[in-house]
Amino acid sequence: MLEKVPGPRLEMPPTYDWDDLVQADRVHRTLYTDPNIFALEMTHIFGGTWVYLAHESQIPNNNDFVTAKLGLRPLIVTRDANGKIRALYNRCTHRGTTLCRWDKGNTKSFQCPYHGWNFLNTGQLRGVPWPDGYTADIRDPKFNLAQLERVESYRGFIFGTLNPDMPPLIEWLGPITKPIDDWLDRNPGGKVVVCEANRLKYKGNWKLAYDNSSDGYHVIYSHRSLIETENRFNDPTGKEKGMAFYKGSPDKLEMYVAYTGNGHHFKDKRPNIEKRAGGLWAIESLHPGMEYYAEKLRKRLGPRADAALDLAGSEPVNINVFPNLSLLGNHIQVFEPVSVSETNAVWYGTRVEDDGTWDQETIDDINALRMRTQEGFPNLGEVDDITNFEQIQVGLGCLEDEWVYMNRGFGMPERFRTDEQGVIYGPATDEVFMREYIKEWKRLMQADPNLIVRRDP
Amino acid sequence: MNAPVKHDPARSSYYLGDDLYQEIVDGYADWQNDALLVEDRNVTAHFERLLYREARLLDRGLYEEWLKVFAPEFVYWVPGTADGGDPRREIAVTFDDRRRTEDRIFRFRTGYAWSQSPPSRTVHLIGNVEVFRTARERVMMVRSNFSISEFWSGATRTLTGSYGHRFIEIGGQWLIRCKRVDLIECDQCLRNPSIVL
Repeated sequence: MLEKVPGPRLEMPPTYDWDDLVQADRVHRTLYTDPNIFALEMTHIFGGTWVYLAHESQIPNNNDFVTAKLGLRPLIVTRDANGKIRALYNRCTHRGTTLCRWDKGNTKSFQCPYHGWNFLNTGQLRGVPWPDGYTADIRDPKFNLAQLERVESYRGFIFGTLNPDMPPLIEWLGPITKPIDDWLDRNPGGKVVVCEANRLKYKGNWKLAYDNSSDGYHVIYSHRSLIETENRFNDPTGKEKGMAFYKGSPDKLEMYVAYTGNGHHFKDKRPNIEKRAGGLWAIESLHPGMEYYAEKLRKRLGPRADAALDLAGSEPVNINVFPNLSLLGNHIQVFEPVSVSETNAVWYGTRVEDDGTWDQETIDDINALRMRTQEGFPNLGEVDDITNFEQIQVGLGCLEDEWVYMNRGFGMPERFRTDEQGVIYGPATDEVFMREYIKEWKRLMQADPNLIVRRDP
Repeated sequence: MNAPVKHDPARSSYYLGDDLYQEIVDGYADWQNDALLVEDRNVTAHFERLLYREARLLDRGLYEEWLKVFAPEFVYWVPGTADGGDPRREIAVTFDDRRRTEDRIFRFRTGYAWSQSPPSRTVHLIGNVEVFRTARERVMMVRSNFSISEFWSGATRTLTGSYGHRFIEIGGQWLIRCKRVDLIECDQCLRNPSIVL
């Protein structure tokens, strides 16, 4: 039996006219600046819908754990002794202390550092010091750790929610699973392993990063320094590298942005790439060790080297799963709200694992190269974006200048088509994905979700 | 390691391969060993001067001069974990070769590097300098602690940690083969990590 307890409630829920704050082509500045709206988001969004928590490769063995966040709630995501993945509140039921202060590890139980209450990684209270001092039955499930009512995975990506009324994860993901599958299946076995991270933070609201995640309009300007750098050795007749395909008329190219529903969207630059093994590698900009490993792989593998090198190349799709997950290049990026004006953006690196297609030396060579291709963008590109996010937050301090626009392509139906699944396709620089995801944000903020936590007996 | 340079390392990266990765991984294992500590003040003073000069060139933004204190084939490495990790299998904050380092400087100067426009002002303080011998006569390891004050976007912050400079003697000159920067907050989220540390 599960014991259900009421979810958290704000003491004084402010009332907002959401239809006024979120309009068809613009949103109010307070979406990014109002601490009360942020507080509501921590239940209505980070709680009320599926939220990405961690990747299964971070906890491959029973009793492995990583710490994570659901909004501001500290969690322990663990694979218990029976292999079941759980998302436990990292909060002692006695006095509220966090139980675990390490980022990752392997343990069957967590003992509170304050008074020594000891919990199994199923959440069950195993024992307390001097239990004869209690009239309460410490075996009452109310003393077991709270945990997320629902935790589900899609091909290694672990999500959780406090909302029992959410559809199954796969249904909620819907058509965004297609680009996720493509992203994984580049390596025939589809297996990627998280291997540390490029960890960034900025003084700005978390939605500024989500607004940016499929934005093809900013690339040519926000990343102008990177595009110039990527092409600094080009001879004028040569193939341009990196994101240079945004120059000229990007909306006339085959690349596109797609809104797939429930706040999810992706920007697909793959149509710009030559459809052949090695096509992706051909536009890869310059990275440490690339000539050495390309030469080595070509010597060892001959024509098969092209496909191997593509695995070290940066996959040209931005896949964004509302509200906090973004697959970008080969990174798994996670947005972590810290406060209304502070956000962590953790870009987990991934390496490929041998699935029998390649030999171990080839996999090692691909990964040695793949680590370096991944480090490029956070170092030379993302720093410019997060600087611009911070400066938006500063600009939004202008109280009387109320509106933030997302109207590129608005009122131009000829720019879009919708398929039978309801997926909306538009030109790569269009802001349609912002207008659509913010509708989902508004729907969740207007809803009155029946949030619960669970305590297993 | 003293073979003539086959390719221009400013243009191509043939040198960052299996051998150099192995040299670096091995070179940064168990090197801070008291038995290898150099006591000769003339030697330690020489390496101190090299570190101070490097810091001065960085603080003044004299990047062309700064690049000359490095061997033609070098690595600038900021690990993302406290033990450094294995850069072949793990993402680092930064793991740059010469070309990528020159990319970084080129980017600063495009006029469009918004994260450095206006640019940071920095002061590098270096102390606790210790020089260690290695198994190779022409390679020395130098450990130091650093504190970088960075003024950017209206505020000053401090970035702190230790450096591990791997020096190699080429043509009678000690040049940096690898500069490893161990930030004490290496595995935490960093705000605008765009300067050279």
